[in-house]
Amino acid sequence: MRSLPALFSAGCCALLLGGCAAAAEDEITVFAAASLHEVFEEIGELYTEETGTKVRFNFAGSSGLVEQLENGAPADVLATADEETMRGAAAEGLVSGEAEVFAENYLVIVTPAGNPSNVASIESLEDNAVETVICAAQVPCGAATARAAEAFGVQITPVSEETSVTDVLGRVRSGEADAGLVYNTDARQGVGEVETIEIEGAEMDPNRYPLTLLERADSPEAGQEFVDFVLNNQQARRVLAGAGFTEPQGSAMTWESVD
Amino acid sequence: MLNTARRSLSRPPAWVLIPGLLGAAVILLPMTGMMTRLNWAELPGLLSSASSLAALRLSLWTALTATLLCLLLGVPLALLLAHARFRGLALLRSLVLLPLVLPPVVGGLALLYTFGRQGLLGGALEVLGVQIAYSSIAVVLAMTFVSMPFLVISVETALRGLDQEVLDAAAVDGAGRTRLLRHITLPLITPGLVSGAVLAFARSLGEFGATLAFAGNQQGVTRTLPLEIYLQREADPDAAMALSLLLIAVAVVVISLAYGRMRPTAA
Repeated sequence: MRSLPALFSAGCCALLLGGCAAAAEDEITVFAAASLHEVFEEIGELYTEETGTKVRFNFAGSSGLVEQLENGAPADVLATADEETMRGAAAEGLVSGEAEVFAENYLVIVTPAGNPSNVASIESLEDNAVETVICAAQVPCGAATARAAEAFGVQITPVSEETSVTDVLGRVRSGEADAGLVYNTDARQGVGEVETIEIEGAEMDPNRYPLTLLERADSPEAGQEFVDFVLNNQQARRVLAGAGFTEPQGSAMTWESVD
Repeated sequence: MLNTARRSLSRPPAWVLIPGLLGAAVILLPMTGMMTRLNWAELPGLLSSASSLAALRLSLWTALTATLLCLLLGVPLALLLAHARFRGLALLRSLVLLPLVLPPVVGGLALLYTFGRQGLLGGALEVLGVQIAYSSIAVVLAMTFVSMPFLVISVETALRGLDQEVLDAAAVDGAGRTRLLRHITLPLITPGLVSGAVLAFARSLGEFGATLAFAGNQQGVTRTLPLEIYLQREADPDAAMALSLLLIAVAVVVISLAYGRMRPTAA
């Protein structure tokens, strides 16, 4: 049961929208991994509609974002594409409280439309005649690729190791490669131009996306409100699911490094 | 006497000192900033890793090959641009210099849509059994594409500065065009040729965007120093800094070898 004053102030907010928020914090800055670009833009709009607080985004590679924060870039919320990068941010004292996992993503195989090399499974990629492009081991998607190759006991000899997952998708999309390993969400973006082949069991070892309020947030309350919105709002959850993100198996971060 | 008088007159006014030094600071200050971030203690280890050495080796030989290609093709092109008379010459010159103003990544995409598997010549190359994409040939092509204009401009400028009377006199003496080119023209434009080649080499060494978009990114095959730096920056910023220093050192050596002999104009 809501108390009367709370109801009243909520009504005031709804009536005055911008006016109410403008008093203290009408804008927050969110640093988010590049792969979250489309979904966070959409979630940001929903959040602004509901709270009146505007969201300013900075999308870049996760480790680049942490580097910017270390160098004093002002932001309220950080969302990274893997736990490793978030652990690094926490070690630098950038994180306020506990980071929470809000989504998962897993690797799939993509091929150009028509699958010219007849790729059927991750084992097909062992064939050197299948020109395969993957992410370099130094970036999160490459680390996930290496883990998958090890788990399935396959040896992939790629023709190129890209620095970002979007470059892998680009090479497959343009037909310059026969196969590539990308996240499910990336594969969805290439629908029509690429074919997706699921790797059986890949969802058992997903990539987990954590987000957190930052220690030096200018608007900690609105920032936390955005974090909760991403974690719990039904519409926000639908946007994530629609893009191919899966529900996390529990929102708690794994703090010990697995490797 | 005459020499000293000319010297004092040709010296710039004193006020250029301040903007001039500021100009130098624009370039030197960021270099200094980078040096302060270097992990000097671990430098030898970072530079001698297998991936660093592979990138250095690849960068050096591909940049040298690209420079040779620029010389072989760029000098004749510069001769054409300097002396030939035909309609569309001005247009040809502007088009040939395009890589100077294009973002390299655009050049890379252009190469991809020409020499890639799905590109303009992709089918023909496949019939011949040649694959360019994902090979070191692609790296050399990308470097040649972006570096050629530097050589062409230098050589064409040198050619235009030649004394026409000397060439005419040699021609009157009965020298054929090829002999004239070999024994008179080329020796006379050597300084322009050398500085053009050095610029082309330096540009090739620093090539990033076109290589990334076109050639691919594989250790020892297509991952040149700039690509290795970009990759290491994600995982190991110390290694990226160390490699940057290496790239700068190579560039400084090359540039000073070529321009070190330059004296102030009036000396």
